Amino acid sequence: MSAVEVAAVEEEDDLRRVIDDDGKVISGASVPKISDEQLHKLFDTMLMVRIIDDRMMRIQRQGKLGFYMKSLGEEATHLSVFPLRDDDWVYPSYREQGAWFWRGLTIEQFLNQLFGNKHDPTKGRQMPVHHSANWLNCVSISSPVGTQIPQAVGTAMGMKASGTDQVAMTFFGEGTSSTGEFHVGMNFAGVSKAPCVFVIRNNGWAISTGTEKQTAAKSFASKAVGYGMPGIRVDGNDILAVIQVANEAVARARRGEGPTLIECVTYRVEGHSSSDDPSVYRNPAEPEAWGPRDPLNRLRGYLKGKRLWTEGMEKDISDRYNDEISKYLKLAEEHGEPDVETLFDDVYQDLPWHLKEQKEYLLSQARTKNPHLHN
Amino acid sequence: MPTMNIIQAVNNALRIQMAAEPKSIILGEDVGKFGGVFRATSGLYDEFGEERVIDTPLAEAGIIGAAIGMAVYGMRPIPEIQFSDFIFPAFDQIVNELAKFRYRSGGQYPCPVVIRTPVGGGIRGGHYHSQSPEALFIHTPGLKVVIPSNPYDAKGMLLASLRQDDPVLFMEPKKIYRASRGEVPEEDYTVELGKAKVVREGNQVTLIAYGAMVSVIEEAAAKAAEIGISCEVIDLRTLMPFDIETITESVSKNGRAVMVHEAPQTCGFGAEVCTSLYERCMAHLEAPIQRVCGFDTPFPYSLEHEYLPNADRVLGAIRKTLEW
Amino acid sequence: MAEGQSEKSQSSERTVPPPVPTGPAFSYFALDEEAKAHGLFQLLDEDGTFDPANTTRFDKTLSTDLYRGMLWTRLMDKQFMALQRQGTIGFYAETLGQEAASIGSAAALEPQDWLVPALREHGAGLYRGMKFESFVAQLFGNADDVTQGRQMPLHPSDPATRYVNMSSCIATQIPHAVGIAMGIQAIGDGSEVCMGFMGDGATSEGEFHVSMNFAGVRKCPVVMVCQNNQWAISTPGAGQTASETIAVKGLGYGIESLRADGNDILAVYEVSRYAVDKARRGDGPTFIELLTYRVSAHTSSDDPSRYRDESVTEVWRNQRDPLVRMRLFLEKNGWMNEAEHEAMVAQIEMTVRETADRQRNVDMPLLRSIIEDVFETTWWRLEEQLDALEETLSK
Repeated sequence: MSAVEVAAVEEEDDLRRVIDDDGKVISGASVPKISDEQLHKLFDTMLMVRIIDDRMMRIQRQGKLGFYMKSLGEEATHLSVFPLRDDDWVYPSYREQGAWFWRGLTIEQFLNQLFGNKHDPTKGRQMPVHHSANWLNCVSISSPVGTQIPQAVGTAMGMKASGTDQVAMTFFGEGTSSTGEFHVGMNFAGVSKAPCVFVIRNNGWAISTGTEKQTAAKSFASKAVGYGMPGIRVDGNDILAVIQVANEAVARARRGEGPTLIECVTYRVEGHSSSDDPSVYRNPAEPEAWGPRDPLNRLRGYLKGKRLWTEGMEKDISDRYNDEISKYLKLAEEHGEPDVETLFDDVYQDLPWHLKEQKEYLLSQARTKNPHLHN
Repeated sequence: MPTMNIIQAVNNALRIQMAAEPKSIILGEDVGKFGGVFRATSGLYDEFGEERVIDTPLAEAGIIGAAIGMAVYGMRPIPEIQFSDFIFPAFDQIVNELAKFRYRSGGQYPCPVVIRTPVGGGIRGGHYHSQSPEALFIHTPGLKVVIPSNPYDAKGMLLASLRQDDPVLFMEPKKIYRASRGEVPEEDYTVELGKAKVVREGNQVTLIAYGAMVSVIEEAAAKAAEIGISCEVIDLRTLMPFDIETITESVSKNGRAVMVHEAPQTCGFGAEVCTSLYERCMAHLEAPIQRVCGFDTPFPYSLEHEYLPNADRVLGAIRKTLEW
Repeated sequence: MAEGQSEKSQSSERTVPPPVPTGPAFSYFALDEEAKAHGLFQLLDEDGTFDPANTTRFDKTLSTDLYRGMLWTRLMDKQFMALQRQGTIGFYAETLGQEAASIGSAAALEPQDWLVPALREHGAGLYRGMKFESFVAQLFGNADDVTQGRQMPLHPSDPATRYVNMSSCIATQIPHAVGIAMGIQAIGDGSEVCMGFMGDGATSEGEFHVSMNFAGVRKCPVVMVCQNNQWAISTPGAGQTASETIAVKGLGYGIESLRADGNDILAVYEVSRYAVDKARRGDGPTFIELLTYRVSAHTSSDDPSRYRDESVTEVWRNQRDPLVRMRLFLEKNGWMNEAEHEAMVAQIEMTVRETADRQRNVDMPLLRSIIEDVFETTWWRLEEQLDALEETLSK
């Protein structure tokens, strides 16, 4: 079943594509203008995501990390943020590592968050992969899906009300399109013409739920009509097509013409998270069938065609990131957990009496050993 | 000094805030042209324009979600939920998002959102225009909860809520929206959050309430005085964080107390107040603290008058503490 | 000063229906999905002229029944609103201008079918056999009310006709309608269909979205009817959604979506019948937008002159009245003359008056009813609370 479905993707005429599975420009396709330097940076970022994902999942399996989520096969979709300016805003979900790195999150910060240590920018308050970086205008991630959608729209409404030409972009998976918050957020954006770009990563699976159980609509992009906004489907494993579509949507929002829904058709090659086992619910032939579509390989092919790629170059990037990850991983493990006093910070701006009491009480008690600490 | 009712005081506070702070923005159902179903935002659409007084589609999760996004972006949104009975589609956005945003981002994103919503019964509104769900939100760390009982506090506490950076659920007792009248200064002022008010001093029994029930305990205190019982009346005003000092002091002094709210009794806010008092003034207590509350039933329509605590029921509880 | 403040109404482009593709050659149901959701099906024009190319099902009996249902709704609404104004009833909401949408859709149901109403389907409930006495008892919330005065007026409940008790909260009933249909699918004998109602404002709620999606994915036997009366209290259609029609929203769920003139009861009946028959055959859900107009205020608590241009309302009141259109149709066919009409009016008015007079004198529910039906049986705390209440009252 899966192989047939995969093949069908190619035949759909509403799916925007620029390069084929080998990275060759499809005849008649227009290619977005991207400098050689930026092409290198895109490759660099996608490769880095792949390396860090692989390393983190391995240390998760060793029991050193509580939880992790990979994005193998979906790395190109993250770079929908390509056309954004620094003063634009991003509301990610939990599988857009590349978006964070592209906007400037460092490996050190990324790892400190995963370990929830005392240098975690979010002070160890959430599970791994729930980053927040206000200096990058990348907003805190929530585990319940879809909650960020009306929030992104609110930010975009604020931009509009403030008369700026900023844009807000939000990411979510196709399963999230079934939530009420998708609906209310999309509707608010349509009515208010907020400068918001909605990026659906349709990776085929919401944990164990396949798309045919998620919606009876002909596509996720087609849902846009009900909100009076354009809906565009793009090959989410084709980095050039992803950027082309994002360019158009961001430009449209910046011109004050309102929101756009983008459906990136991609595939979750691995499990939902470190807690998942997809072999229970899906045919292993399915991820294999997506192998030839690998987004990194397609970009590699495109770069080869432009003589912008060498084996040595790729090895240098890999070595550099592997070294950097090793270095900060060791530090992240050594930093230790946040001080116990910080448990009561940031509930409110100031500490109310009852939290003061609870804090004094906790500090007066013997410390409990963290059963999850491994060093 | 002009006399205002609570609606006028709220409207006045909103006008002052909107004029003083260009980042303030009002959003909700029917808040614009119509001025709100209770007229709390009357005239603001004309004065501040449709970009700052937004009539939203009918979706509470959207209203609160968008307000969070505006606050994160640096604005000061003032969303209205038409009735607190309609707040539940936004429960996830309030409980999981708004209240936790500051904490979960390690302090990066405070969310100064002040949600205004009418609360409570007494207007023949049945199940869905009468409930008092405050306890559900007091039980949500990160959220402040305020319920004023009179126009002066309504204005001052709304402005205070709008001038600090924590999210506030500002619940307005709709039964006394127009019935409660009093002198309210035209100018800008604030009433500090977290401070209760001793409305009437007394030396036998302490009566504690908030919102529309304050007038009920005042009436009960007056009736008690006629039969020679002296009651101290305390308006809690802020429920999270609540003023433990004022009530501890009063109950320690009097040794007897009655806690009144119209929300259902079980797991109501009164349970927290009573326990906190037991923890602090057990040695001073002469009798168990009595609770007079709404019943543990959905809010009724025809028998609403029986459901709501009244002065007679409070008086009965006062006697009980004295006869113990 | 706000820009656009001088605009009479944000919704001016939405208050007049778009051109209607009608005529003998017009076959609405053969259009493609997009066209059906953008079009507007009509059978009776404003002069009561019927387009015979489309259907032959409207004989004298059905036509007269449909008219009587609308007339009943209008006349009782008028009397009950008057009682509300006198303070006898706590609250009321008229169906004025929407009687065709309300009655015509529900009329397509069979007795075994389910009706999950919103605020303006009480007339439909009565059309399907809900006891009028029981309906009026609920308005007074008295001891005869089967729901024991637990809710505001106009929240009737009638299991016998499968008219499901509603909530005042917008859109909460939509997932219930889908759930009933999923239940029918799971354990029913295939003979039942569920029809769920909502207003245009409800389409903005998350509950609309989640349940329409469920209906699409599960292909369950449900007909979702949206009475697009163009106003959600003070919010006009353009403030509610940027989509071109309400009907197109159904396409995002893979649900066939129809759009009809909601003031044309024959068109309403026809699209509803199509959808109900389809659901009964097991061919899945349908979403129907009925374009109409809320000629009345939202409820007795509302004052629309504060927010809308009432000259538009007058156009709908005077030129698009669904009752006038149907009465002309009946007269043209020779199925009802002036005298018969007068008799019908007199009979309805008398029944309403007499029933109201009876019910207004029925006692309030017993005090004990306040703690009943919270659970199947009460528990110690509720009994304790009732005892305390009785004790206070006895003093």
